[in-house]
This record gives sequence, structure tokens and C-alpha cells, in this order.
Amino acid sequence: MAAFPERMASVLLLWLAVSLTATLAVDRANFKSCDQSAFCKRQRALKPGESPYRALLETMELTNTRLTLQLKNDKNKVRLLLELYRLQGNITRVKINELKPLKPRYEVPDVLIREPPTEPLSLLSQDENGVVLSLGVDSQRVIVSARPFRLDIMQGRDVLLSLNSRGLLAFEHLRLRKDTFFTLITSTFASVWDIVKSVLSRQADGEAEDASLANEEEAVVNEKDEEGMWEETYKSFTDSKPNGPTAIGLDFSFPGVEHVYGIPEHADTLRLKTTENGDPYRLYNLDVFQYELENQMALYGSVPVMLAHNAQRTTGIFWLNAAETWVDISSNTAGKTVFGKMLDYVQGSSETPQTDVRWISESGIIDVFIMLGPTPNDVFAQYASLTGTQAFPPLAALAYHQCRWNYNDQEDVQAVDAGFDEHDIPYDYIWLDIEHTDGKRYFTWDPNKFATPKEMLQSLMDKKRKMVTIVDPHIKVDSNYKIHNGLKSQGFYTKNKDGGDYEGWCWPGSAGYPDFSREDMRAWWASMFAYDQYEGSMENMHSWNDMNEPSVFNGPEVTMHKDAKHGDWEHRDLHNIYGLYVQKATAEGLIQRSGGVERPFVLTRAFFAGSQRYGAVWTGDNAAEWGHLKISIPMCLSMGLVGIAFCGADVGGFFKSPSSELLVRWYQTGAYQPFFRAHAHLDTSRREPWLFGPENTALIREAVRQRYTLLPYWYQQFYHTYRTGQPVMRPLWVEYTQDPATYALEDQFLIGRDLLVHPVTEEGARGVTAYLPGKEEVWFDVHTFQKHNGAQNLYIPVTMSSIPVFQRGGSIIPRKLRVRRSSTCMEHDPYTLMVALDPQGAAEGELYIDDGHTFNFEKKEFIHRKLSFANNILSSLNLSPEAQFSTSSSVERIVILGAKKPTKATLRTADGKSSQLEFDFDTATSVLTLRKPGMNAGTDWSVMLQ
Amino acid sequence: MTTMHLVPLLLLVTVSAVEVQRPRGVPLTKKHFYAEGTPFTCLDGSRTIPFDKVNDDYCDCQDASDEPGTPACPNGRFHCNNAGYRSFFIPSSRINDGICDCCDATDEYNSGATCQNTCKELGRQERESLYQLAEITREGFMIKQQLIKEAKKGLEAKKSKVSELGADKKLLEEKVEALRTVKETAEEPEKVAKERHLKAWEDQKAAVRTEKDNARMAEVFLELDDDGDGFVSVTELQSHTELDTDSDGSFTETEAQAILGGLDEADPAAFQAAWKDIKDKFISEAQAPLETPHSEAREPVSDNDSEHYSEVEIPEEEEEDDDLEEEEEDDDHDEADFNTPPAVQEKVDEDEGTMPPYDEETQTLIDAAQKAREEFDTAERALRELDDQMKNLEKETSSDFGPNAEFAYLYNQCYELPTSEYVYRLCPFSRVSQKPKYGGSETSLGTWGQWDGPEGNIYSVMKYDHGMGCWQGPNRSTMVKLKCGKETVVTSTSEPSRCEYLMEFTTPALCQDPKTLDHMLHTEL
Repeated sequence: MAAFPERMASVLLLWLAVSLTATLAVDRANFKSCDQSAFCKRQRALKPGESPYRALLETMELTNTRLTLQLKNDKNKVRLLLELYRLQGNITRVKINELKPLKPRYEVPDVLIREPPTEPLSLLSQDENGVVLSLGVDSQRVIVSARPFRLDIMQGRDVLLSLNSRGLLAFEHLRLRKDTFFTLITSTFASVWDIVKSVLSRQADGEAEDASLANEEEAVVNEKDEEGMWEETYKSFTDSKPNGPTAIGLDFSFPGVEHVYGIPEHADTLRLKTTENGDPYRLYNLDVFQYELENQMALYGSVPVMLAHNAQRTTGIFWLNAAETWVDISSNTAGKTVFGKMLDYVQGSSETPQTDVRWISESGIIDVFIMLGPTPNDVFAQYASLTGTQAFPPLAALAYHQCRWNYNDQEDVQAVDAGFDEHDIPYDYIWLDIEHTDGKRYFTWDPNKFATPKEMLQSLMDKKRKMVTIVDPHIKVDSNYKIHNGLKSQGFYTKNKDGGDYEGWCWPGSAGYPDFSREDMRAWWASMFAYDQYEGSMENMHSWNDMNEPSVFNGPEVTMHKDAKHGDWEHRDLHNIYGLYVQKATAEGLIQRSGGVERPFVLTRAFFAGSQRYGAVWTGDNAAEWGHLKISIPMCLSMGLVGIAFCGADVGGFFKSPSSELLVRWYQTGAYQPFFRAHAHLDTSRREPWLFGPENTALIREAVRQRYTLLPYWYQQFYHTYRTGQPVMRPLWVEYTQDPATYALEDQFLIGRDLLVHPVTEEGARGVTAYLPGKEEVWFDVHTFQKHNGAQNLYIPVTMSSIPVFQRGGSIIPRKLRVRRSSTCMEHDPYTLMVALDPQGAAEGELYIDDGHTFNFEKKEFIHRKLSFANNILSSLNLSPEAQFSTSSSVERIVILGAKKPTKATLRTADGKSSQLEFDFDTATSVLTLRKPGMNAGTDWSVMLQ
Repeated sequence: MTTMHLVPLLLLVTVSAVEVQRPRGVPLTKKHFYAEGTPFTCLDGSRTIPFDKVNDDYCDCQDASDEPGTPACPNGRFHCNNAGYRSFFIPSSRINDGICDCCDATDEYNSGATCQNTCKELGRQERESLYQLAEITREGFMIKQQLIKEAKKGLEAKKSKVSELGADKKLLEEKVEALRTVKETAEEPEKVAKERHLKAWEDQKAAVRTEKDNARMAEVFLELDDDGDGFVSVTELQSHTELDTDSDGSFTETEAQAILGGLDEADPAAFQAAWKDIKDKFISEAQAPLETPHSEAREPVSDNDSEHYSEVEIPEEEEEDDDLEEEEEDDDHDEADFNTPPAVQEKVDEDEGTMPPYDEETQTLIDAAQKAREEFDTAERALRELDDQMKNLEKETSSDFGPNAEFAYLYNQCYELPTSEYVYRLCPFSRVSQKPKYGGSETSLGTWGQWDGPEGNIYSVMKYDHGMGCWQGPNRSTMVKLKCGKETVVTSTSEPSRCEYLMEFTTPALCQDPKTLDHMLHTEL
């Protein structure tokens, strides 16, 4: 209703006042550049050179699980403790903390799925210049150099990775403020006081066990205070910094590497750019209003993981730190033209390409996991062993989602639901944004517009459809609101720097922000999703966490003040993990309400390393522009590389209204991306698929139907990522590691290994050029079954109905061609197996089936089969004989692409019976279709072609 | 609307009459394509298959015609017979999906879903609503005929009224011109007389001011002449520091002397020259700001206003030197002379500001002019009103009120619909608005734009646009969908898209000739 603009005008105006603009672009002035962030500026001012740190080899201790030694900064005399672990699966962990911090520094909890199991390190050699340790695998060694301190990981003669080789290790130790008694004296009688203090500390340490160590300790020399160390003002916001400067920084070098990826979330290219001439990439979860494309500004989520790739090897760095982080990238080949590089090659230039990376964080410790690959899939497995894999979603969540801010009332929901049936377009979830609540009080319903939510949910359930309602983490301060009272009375709110409940301005007006870093708070939050607590909820209602960066309209950079308190920690220390906790608690709630039976589905906007364990992520508030459609591909690819497989962008674009062409192209693209949801801003015109004329309705219907026919493949791919950590939506280089032509491709991608998608993302496109990889491979157009050779750029003429998709020769993809109203309606339908033969006449694939929505698959209640075609025999083998599940689905059709015409096709089933199959052979396309074999999809069978 | 409902009704009745064996999902009209035991040719002619492949749950025909009764083909259509109700097609993807779509439950023959046959009930409801619709249409159409008649009558009346008014207008215009002359003639002598009167009054006021000033000068002279020697001396003048020429805090002898025109003392005549310079600055001791009064002096003071003056006097008497007492008496005396404090004096000035009434002669002239003015104004207003009336009538008579002006009756009417939050108001051919129920100002949801229905039915939708702008959005607009009904009433409002409103409105003016309907109801049911 129109009341919205009036009611919300004040909030929106305030938001605008913060962002100072109503124009359709992000206002950069609202977000800090590195120069405006004191610690980033300080750290970045340090230039490469000789490191002041040296390793005190005499302090080295090597136990079965780790090596420790002290590092000493020769300038300020501060000692650090280096810990080095060799972890199972070819991972090296390097931790650096102060040897004796004034108080503990934040170490990020709840991200690692367990304490990573270690493997023994062995000492290979040692002299006064350093030590050499074996990493056990493939002659891999770690060399710790003493003066200056650096760390190199070698394989044979090759350096894979170096730490502090550019001398940028910088660790701001905790210190007392100058205006306190001690530091005041220090500054007045510096030298005298140093002597006194060192005597004092010697005495103190003399009582400690390690006397010899203490004797070597020298008094710490504090650097001069710089502006912004103890207090920092940005715009009208002052950040009190009671702990003073606490930043950390470290450099990494990748010799031989020209391509680095990852560190989402940025609206930028897949291949990360060098940052020497601009700001570093920033990782700081922020609610950025109308974000810009192709830049390094922070967005809603952060995963501090970077992958480095060349033809020989893929490695990864996981920088486990939840504070504001900046990442600088430089390269010695950046800026060189292809010709220049060729010249180097011809002239035998000795310069190896190298990429240098520098990480800077505002607080916490250095805790780095070096994932040594060597293949991309190894890196995915290594990262998964640390932070876990993508939560295996309910099947329906992989289907199509219809969202809008907002579906006005129950009648509106009913009308939209009916519209899908009328136009024969399937959908599984309809979504309700913030307006469905009673005054932005989450867990409630607007009493007029959604008076009988259970009736609404029941009528959706009757059609085997579901709903998602939004639950944001800002809680209206209102003593008549149950959630607020519960949080308040238990002291569960995040506190401000003065110890009171932190309050900020958000959708409901004044709001509190639950302290999700507390386990007891999360448990309470989860309990609010119980059916008797969240009134009107039902089992077909799932959840959505928005604004969980957290977004604070009147906070610095539209988020929480860094000096807000989470227990003893400052918000500064854990900002980037806040959103993860919100989704974690929400997902827990959905699991608990079903007694641990049902898989949850929760979408989040903010995320961190490990968020993949709790649900899906979308790319936030994009816009109805072609550039935003294009960028959705690298954005989701980047997330997939760092574990977050379930990614999608708002189909159609959130802000502004798309042209019908853009909308159709977006549906066609979104249908082939993991999370497939249309969404729209409140101010935009309605855009349900049937509102753009019958032709466009038909085009959208077809795109959505293609998604539904491929749901068995998507589901199997998600099972696969749940098992392995490999992304579902993949950049080509992940599969074609040796092919440099794939390294920067971001207008096309793979789903699993077997489907290559090149969406049309240009306005008015008449054709696209897709790169089909693989010298020995062939690819089949999934629509025409036409065969194309690999390792070529293929020009494909397109019309509005075209979605260029290719199936890899050598693969078998299960489909369900009977598209129905919702995925659940298709549960018992038969499969069609799409067998695409490779040039050798072979193919392989998998089929995964379970109940689609419970955790029973963890109890081995599933079917997992390997399908393989070789020597003219297609067979189904049980990949998990220990698993038990039965399906009523059969195989109704087998389509073999690139086949020869057989004389007969014989089906042999598990009971030993044989039968002849009817078939069709299309000589023009070499497509063999086996008619109605009809065997149960969960059993052993084989088909022999003769 | 009406006819759309009627055609299927006809079908359902005929179909329900016969039951014919044919493959599942095939409508009677296509029965002959499916001959048991003979090879089946896909309806698009693309191929021929053995009959046992019809409805064998495998899609052989591109056009889905071999699987009318199974969900095997992606583009198939299943025919629900729905005996007792309307038969219709559903997409074959809805066969055996566990959801009841056909009211005769025939779509769920193998899904385990238990569907009730609801066709009879639906048929009954449909017939009932059709009868109701017929009834409404019939009555509505009758009203509509009446409306057309009235509109025609009204239109003619209005047209003749316009020409009638045209004649009136001419007469009125002449009258206005005549009265204008009369008015102007009467206003001339009025103006002269009024000016004369005003001048006399100004002169009189000036005289009074001079007199008053002189009196005050005398008073001040007496006050300044402390020793009563008839001269104001430099010393006497210096006691009034407020007269300090340069306001530097010291009122020097020289300065005082300068004020007195260089004299050491001034007699009343000489003082007159100095008076001009000091009269604005001079503060009488009687009105000088008081020093802090003694507390005991305050104690007896009550809140009562009448005692207020005693508060002023008491400290004076107690504080001042004996020497000054006499002067005080003088002050009292002076006060008694003027008998009013300065503040009151000003009031008198204001009183004097009231101009004396006009003399009889002038008043007569004024009255005459006023009368002429009023007569002119009245005539002119009448002309304007007449003009407006004509314009409105012309606008009304030239508006598009439908093919037979059946919508004319809506002109100048408004219809309201209260909802939980707002009262919506539709004034056809004028505007749509929304007013919060519990206070707040009205929001325009659009002003009359045009008829906006689909081709062939243009009068089924009204479009109102250019309403109040939305924040970061378009101007509000409203689509009004018209339906046939006996009553003229707004039945619903919604905002399907932001700031784009939809209103449903019933009116007899949209009711179609029910003859066809009557015919069908009588012959078919």
C-alpha cells in the first residue's frame, strides 16, 4: 500500500542522509579508502625492504605436532611467537602472535570445523642462517631463514610460496596509551625508564621458569604515536580505540604465478587485478547501496581465501582473520603487453613472472593456512577439510524462487501463485520481504495483510510449494515485542562502548543487534523458530537473513561501530563473522524445529569463511543493468572457488526495472546458476514472468523449464560439492588447468565438469563466441545435439530463445523431462539419461537420489550410482553399496549423443532378465534414443548395444 | 465478461449428456483420431505408431498427441470431462502430480492422491452465479437504458441551457459595463472629499504633537532645574548621565555646555534649543530603573496588582536623600499634572489616532460610491459565475461518457471505499484519492486521463494519472476496472505495483444487452 513511502520516508531519508545521494550509484564517499582507514594507511606506508624481524633460532622448539620459535623485531624489540604446523592433506599453518601480549588477541572461533589434525614435521637441516623442515609430500620443504626472517615453501628447486620475502611483516603490539602513567614517564625519561623497566622485568621474569629467555629480553621501544592510533574519526563518527594500534600485515609471493582468484565479495573480474595504482581489495562486510561494478570496494561478505594458479600448480592462502582486511596484489608482469611477454620469451629474459600479495588486518593475529594443492580440486579439498563444505540443500531450494519486495498480502501471494499455474511456469518458493511483518518485527505477521499465514502456507503446501520469510538481525526496540524483551532480559544484545545496549537505526527505526557471537544467544535465537514460538510458521516455510553485515543506517559506513562490544571483544575484532553467526543460528533453528530431521534452507547476504555450511548466498542489491547481469558470473565463480557453492544473483536486477530483453536474458542466465531467484525492489514495476507479453512469457517459461529438467544433475552436483568442496559453478581453468586460454574466462562457466554454459549477456546480441576447451574433447549442443570439437572458439548465432549450453563428450547427465508445477511434484517421475560420448566412445556420470529434504542421507539413506558407457555397454553400478534407499523413479529414456546405429539394444536388469529395447536413430545428428527401458533407477542394470 | 461465461456453460451441458469410450484425456471432439486397434498417426502427421503406444506413458509424438492421458509429453494437454461442470484442458504435467485439478478427479488416477468429485457442486455454484449474473445484467441493463435516457435528456437540457446562458451573458455583460460607469462616476467626488478630510486630520494631529512636546519640555526643565532657579545649569544637566553625548561613560562639563548651546545655564527659552537634542535620550528620575529594593520592603508586597505602585514608591522614599524629597514632591506634582504614566500617555496617542468621523457631506459621497461599487461587484460576480457555469456545461457536454452517454450520470459524483487504513475516493471523470482514516492529508492517486480498456471494450477501464509523486518513483496512477452491476459502487482497491493502483467499480452503465443470455438460459438449462 502507498502508506509505505510515507511511513518509510523518514528511514529512507535517513539512509539517504547517510549516503548523501539519491542517484543510482554507490556513493564512494560513504565508504573508506585505504587512506581513510588509519591502520591500512599505516601498514601500506611500509614499503618492501629488509624486514626488521629476525628468527631467534635458539628459541626453536620442535615437537611432534608443531614447530615454534620466536621472532624479534630489531627496531622495537617486540618478540613474536611463530608457530608452524604441518596439517593433514598438504596444508601448512603459520601462526604469529605476540609472545607476551598485554592481553589476549582475538583468534577467530567457529570457522574451523575442528582443530585441524597435524602431521609430524621433521628437521632436515639447521645452521645459524636457518632451518629446513620436510613437509613430507613430494620433496616439499619449508625453509625458515633467520636474518631477516622469511619463510619459503619449496618443491625440489622451485619456490612455491614465500612469506615475508618482501619484508612487510608488521605486527602492531598491544601497548599502553602514552597518557597513562607509565608511558608518560617513558616519554619524559625515556632512557632512564627503559633501564628501570628492564631491571623490573628481569626481576619479574627471573621468577618465571624460563630465566635464560628473560635475560635476553630487551625493553620494548614503542613507535611514535601516529594519528589514528588511539582514536579515529571518519565523517561524523569517532572510533574510540581503547586498545590502540593492533594491526597486522604480511606479504606472500608466488613465483611463477600470474593468476590469482578469490577473496570475495567484490563486484569485479574473476581474475583479481593488481592494486598498485588504486586501493587494495577490501574485505569488510558492508551494506553498500547501489554498488559499482569492477572495483575493489568491500561488499556484503568476506572470505579471506585466495587461490594462485599456473599450469603446474594451484595453491591457496586462507588468512583466518575476521577484522577489517585489505589485500594488495602486485605482479611483475602486470602491465606487460603480450608482445612484451613474447619479447621476454624470445630474448630468454630470466625474469620469472611473480605475483606478490600483501594482507593487512586491523586486529587479531596472523593465522594462515597455506594450501599446497597441487590441483584445484586438492585445494578445494584442503579448504573443505578446514572449514567444511556446502550444506546439502533440500532439492526444492535448487529450483526456481519467486521473490519481490514485497508481495503485499495473502491475496497477492495467492494471485501470483495462480499466475504461475495459469502460465504453466514451475516454481518452488515464493518469498516475503520485510513488509510481511508487523512493523518490521521479525517472527511476526502484519495482522491485516497476513492475518492467516497458516492458511496461506497450507494452500502452498497443497500445491507442493513453499515459502521463505525474511528474518533480519536488527530487532525493534519495543517493550511490547517478545523478541526484544527476550534479548533484553537475558542481556543478549551487543553492547556499546559504554556498556549499554547498542542501538542503531534500521528498518524498524531504533533497533538492537543481538550478540550472535554468543553461543547461548544463538541457541535462544534458534529456539525462536520453533513452531510454537514463530507463530504462523509451518514446515514448508524457510528463512532468509538480510542486513546481517550488520547494516546500521546511522552507523559508520552503514554498519556497527567498531568499538561496540561482544563480551570482552570489540566489534572490530569479529565484524566479518557476524553475518555467518546469524545464518548459523537461523539454520540451527530450522533444524531444531523439525527435531533434527529436515534440512534447512537459509539465504544470507553477509558471509565469511565457513558460511557455506549454513545455506545459500546471494550477491545482494544489484541493479537491472546488463553490467550487473554480466558480473553475476565472476561474482558467483569467485564464491564457488572459496567454498560457497550455493550462490546466485537477483534475477532481473534488484534496483530499477529491466527491459524485457534484459529480464529474459537474466532468466536464461539464472536458470544455469546455482541459486535461482527473481527479486525486485519495492519501487519497481511488477515483473512476474507473464507481464511482458506472451512471447517473453514463453521465453521465460522455457528457461525455467530447462532448469527443472536438469534438477537431477544439479542435485547430484550439490551432493558432490557437499562431499568434496568442489564448486558446482566452476571457472573453466579449474578443469582445464593447463590451458591458459581459460584462465581469465568469466563470460562462461561450467556446472560440474560436464555442462558448459555461455549465457547471452549482451544487449541486442546476434551471437556469442564460446570457448570450448579440451584438445581431445568434443562438446554437444544440448539443444541441437550438434557436436563440436574442443580447444576452439565457437561462434554461435543466437536468437532471444538461445541459451548456449554444451554437454561434454564423455559425460552422462540424468534429467527429468516431465516438468511439473514444482520440483516436489516431479519426485517420482522417470529419468532420461543423456549420454554424450567422447571420441573414444566412452562416457561416465553419476546419479544421486534421496528423499530430497531430510538428513536421512547422513544415515546412508540414498542411492548413489555410477553410470558408465564403455565398449558399447551402458551400465549402472552402485557407488555406495552400504547405502539403502528405494525410488519409484524409473529410466524412461536413454539418449546417446555421438552414437553409431546399433542393430539391437539389450537391457539386462538386476534379476538377470534380458529384454530388447526399441530405439530410434537419427543419422543426421548421430543421436540414438532408447525407448522406455523402464528399469528402476536405483537398481543394477546394463544396456548392451550390438 | 458475460459471454465468456456462457459459452463453456453451453459446452458442459452438451458434454455431460453423453459418455463415450475413448482413450484417457481425449476430448470427444478428437475421439475419432483414436481408433482402438488401428495404428495412430500423430495429429501433426509426423509419424504413425501402433495403437498400443497411445497412452503408454512414453512420448512418441512431437505434438504430444499420443499421450493425452499421461504426463509423458512435456507439452501435452489432458481433457477433464468434468461431467456436471465445465470441461477443460489441463497441462498433462498435472496428471498424477498429487494435486487435484479436474473436478471429476480424473487427473489423479495413479498418484495416491484422494480427490473428491466436486463437479456437481461446482456446476451448481456456476449455474447459480450465472443466474445471478443474468439477473444483475438484466436489471443493470434496465437501469442503463434509464441512464441513457436521462443522459440524453440531461445533455439536451444542458445544451439548451448553454445557449440560454449565452443570451443571459450578453445582457449581463452590458449591465456590468453600465454599472462600471456609474461606479467610476461616484468614486471621483468621494476620493476628493476623503482626501480633504484626511488632510484636516493630519494637521490636527501635528498640532497636538507640538503641544505635547512643549509640555514635556517644561516638565523636564523643571526636573532638571534642581535648585528651582529657573535655569538649567551645566551641573544640573550633568546629573543625567544618559545625556552623555558620546556615551563614553563620562558626561563632561564641556559636553553638557555644548548641549546648552555653549551656555553655562539655560533659561526656558534657551533650553528649547537644547531640548531637540536630548528629548529622545532623557530619562525622568521617576521612571529611572530602580535599585535593588530592600527585602523588608518587598515582604509586604502581595500579588495583588493594585498594590504594585506602592512597591515602586516605597523604596524611592527610603532610598533617596532628604534633599531630593522635595523634588520627589515635584515629581508627584508633575505626575499629577499629566495624571498618567508615560506608557499610558502613548495609549492616549493611539486614541488620538482614531480619525474623527467624516462630515456629513463626505459620508454621503462615500455611501453613494459604496453602493455603486457593490452593485458593480454583484453584477460582475454574476457574470463570472455564469461564465463558469457555461464552461462546465460545455466541458460536460463535450466529454466522452460512452457510446450512449451512459456514464454521464457519474459526472460530478464521488464514490468511497473505506479499508482498514484508508478511505479511497473515486470521483469519475475527475480524480481518485486516498485519505488515511486516522488523520493525515489526502493523497491524489491520479486525475482523469482517459478510457483505457482493450480494443473493442474501451469503456471497461478508466485511467487516472499524474497523481502525487512517489519517492524515487513514478507519479501515482490508478486503473479503474468497470464491471456490470446494479449498484454504482467501488468494490475493491489494491496497489499491485508501487504507486500504481487498481480499483474495481461496478456500474449498470457497463451492463450489456442480456438478450443472448436470456435466450441461452431458457433454452439450455
